[in-house]
Amino acid sequence: MAIWVDNDTRLVVQGITGTEGRFHALGCRDYGTNVVAGVTPGKGGQSVEGIPVFDSVAEARESTACNASMIFVPPPFAADAIMEAAAAGVELVVCITEGIPVADMLKVRAFLEDHPTRLIGPNCPGIISPGMAKIGIMPGHIHEPGKVGVVSRSGTLTYEAVWQVTNLGLGQSTCIGIGGDPLPGTNFIDTLAAFAEDPATEGVILIGEIGGSAEEEAATWVQENLDKPVVGFIAGRTAPPGRRMGHAGAIISGGKGTAQAKTEALKAAGIAVVESPAEIGVTMARALEK
Amino acid sequence: MKIHEFQAKEILRRYGVVTPKGQVVDAAAEAAEICREVGGRCVVKAQIHAGGRGKGGGVKLAGSPEEAEAAAAAILGMQLVTPQTGPEGQLVRKVLIEEALDIATELYLSVTLDRARGKPALMASASGGMDIEEVAARDPDAIIRESIDPQLGIQPFQARSVAKKLGLEGSTARQATKLISSLVTAYLDTDASLVEINPLLITGDGDVVALDAKMNFDDNALFRHPDIQAMRDLEEENPLEVEAAKYDLNYIKLDGEIGCMVNGAGLAMATMDIIKLFGSEPANFLDVGGSASEEEVQNAFRILISDDSVKAVLINIFGGIARTDRIANGVVAALEESPDVKLPVVVRLEGTNVKQGREILQQADYHFIVADDMADAAQKVVAAVKGGA
Repeated sequence: MAIWVDNDTRLVVQGITGTEGRFHALGCRDYGTNVVAGVTPGKGGQSVEGIPVFDSVAEARESTACNASMIFVPPPFAADAIMEAAAAGVELVVCITEGIPVADMLKVRAFLEDHPTRLIGPNCPGIISPGMAKIGIMPGHIHEPGKVGVVSRSGTLTYEAVWQVTNLGLGQSTCIGIGGDPLPGTNFIDTLAAFAEDPATEGVILIGEIGGSAEEEAATWVQENLDKPVVGFIAGRTAPPGRRMGHAGAIISGGKGTAQAKTEALKAAGIAVVESPAEIGVTMARALEK
Repeated sequence: MKIHEFQAKEILRRYGVVTPKGQVVDAAAEAAEICREVGGRCVVKAQIHAGGRGKGGGVKLAGSPEEAEAAAAAILGMQLVTPQTGPEGQLVRKVLIEEALDIATELYLSVTLDRARGKPALMASASGGMDIEEVAARDPDAIIRESIDPQLGIQPFQARSVAKKLGLEGSTARQATKLISSLVTAYLDTDASLVEINPLLITGDGDVVALDAKMNFDDNALFRHPDIQAMRDLEEENPLEVEAAKYDLNYIKLDGEIGCMVNGAGLAMATMDIIKLFGSEPANFLDVGGSASEEEVQNAFRILISDDSVKAVLINIFGGIARTDRIANGVVAALEESPDVKLPVVVRLEGTNVKQGREILQQADYHFIVADDMADAAQKVVAAVKGGA
C-alpha cells in the first residue's frame, strides 16, 4: 500500500515536448510509472519515444484514461495547465513548475474548489511510492519500498532524509514534496491524514521550513489525530528575518514563521524534532523500535 | 522586489491615493526649491529600501527652505544605519522633500497575503506610526482584519466597516473608505506582495493622507509589469547578490565565515543550520538550483570565494537532476581560474553520477577535503576554519 500514487497510476505529462518535460517523462517511465500520454497544445499526433502526444488533457483522458498529471509547463502558463487537468477530471495533478505568480495560484485555488482534483505543488519535486511509481524529478534509485512516509516542503533535503532512511534499511511507503511556495495545493495535514489511513506507513518524517504557519497547524493535527511516530526537522534556524531563502515561502516576516516557534510547536505535539539534519533517519529508526 | 517610498507613492497616486505634495531630489540645492514650492515647511526623507529610517537620522523636519537644504545636505551621501540595514548601513543617494502636514492621528493600513486562509488580507490599526508588530503582539484585538476575495476585490461595505472600526466619521470616514479600496485595487493590479501605509495620517482638518508608503512585489509576476520592473534599484542590493542573479543563482550574503554551495533551497538552509550546530557561521546562502550546468557552478563558486569573509568552503550536493559530475567539473574549473585561492574546500557529493564526480575531484590538482555525509562535512569544514585561526 501507499498513498495517492501506485500501480494503478496512469500518467499524462503536460509540457512533454519541452526539454525538462521529456527528460522527466522518460525518467518516470524508466522507474516503472505507467506513462500513457503527453500534452502540448498544437503538437497533438506526435509521439515522444512512443508516448502519444495530445493537444489537450481532455483528449488525452478520453483516449488513454489517464488519472494523474505531471506538469512541466513554463510559469506564465502553468496555472492554466493545472486548471485544464482539473477540468478534464484528472484525479491527481503534480505541478513541478517553479515561479508561478501568487495571483495565478489564487485563481487555481478558487477553480479547484469546484473540482475533486488533488493538486501537489507547485514548485515541488513530486511524489513517489517506491517500487510502484514516481511522478516527479527525484532520483528514483535512492528510494526503497518500506514503512516510512516522508512529507516535506523541500526537494533535495527530502532526498537527504530518504537516503538516510534507505541506508538504515527502513525504506519508504510514499514520499511527497508539497513544495516551497506560499500556497501549496496539498499541505502537511492532507498528507498526514492520508498517511494515518495507510497501513504500509508505520512512521512519518515531516520536514518543514521557516515561513508561514503550516508546521504549527500540522503539529496541532498530529497531537489530536495521529498515533504513529513522527520525526520532524525545520530548516532555516540560521536564516535572517525578512530575507527570502530561495523558496518563496521561506521567509520570516514580522517575527513569525521562525524555526524556533515551529520547533516548539512540533515538540509540544510529541513529535521528535531533530536539531541536526544528519539525524533524521536514525531518530526515525529509534522511534520505530519502541 | 522592493522599491523606494517615492516610487510606491507614485504608483498609489495613480489609484487615487492622496499623498503629501513633494518631489524626490538627488542634490541638496534642489531641496530648497521644492520646500518653497510646497509651502516653506517640509520633511526631508532619505530614500533607501530599509525601514526604520527615522531612528537612524534619515528623516528631518525643516522649517524653511534653508533648513531643508541643510537637512538634505546632511542626509544625502550619509551611510544610513537603521535596524534593518545591518551595521554597515546603506548609502543615501536620494531624498524625498514633502510638505509638512499637521498630524492629528496616525493610523496603520496594509494589504498582504494571508497564507493560512489562502487569500489577501487587509489589516488596519488605530495605532499607526509605531512598530505594528509590537502592537499586534501586545494587543492582537487592536488589529482589524478583513479577508479579500482576490477575484472580486474589496467590496465597499468591507472598506466602510474598516473605516468605522478605525473610529472615523463623516468626511474623514468617506476619504478613508476610498483610500482603503484604492489600496486593495493597487495590490491586486500590480501583483504586489505587500502594500503598507504607516502612518496613514488624519490631518487637523480631518483629511486622510498616506504619509509613508511601502510596496513589495511578487518576483514571479514581474514579467507582466515592465513598468514596475524598471523601478528596480540595483544600487540598493548587495553587489554579489546582483552578480549571482545574472546567472540565475540564488545567493544571499550573510555574516559568517563558511562559504556554502548547495543545490536546493531546503538543503541549503539545512546546511547553514548544521554549520551553526557545529560551532561556526555560514557566510552565505547559495542555491545553485536543481539543474545547474557546469558553467553556472563555476560562476557560483567564483562569486562565493570573492567574498573576503569566507575562510573555508563547504560544497554539499545531493544530485537528483543536478549531476554531481557536472558540479565537480564546475568547481575544478573555477579553482583553475583562480590559482591564488588556497581556501580549505570540503566536498560532500551524493546522488546521480556520484562515482564520476568523486573521481573528478580526486584527479584535480587542488586538494579537496572529501566528506562522507552531511555531519562529517560540517565537522570537517568547521575544523578547517578553527584550525586556520
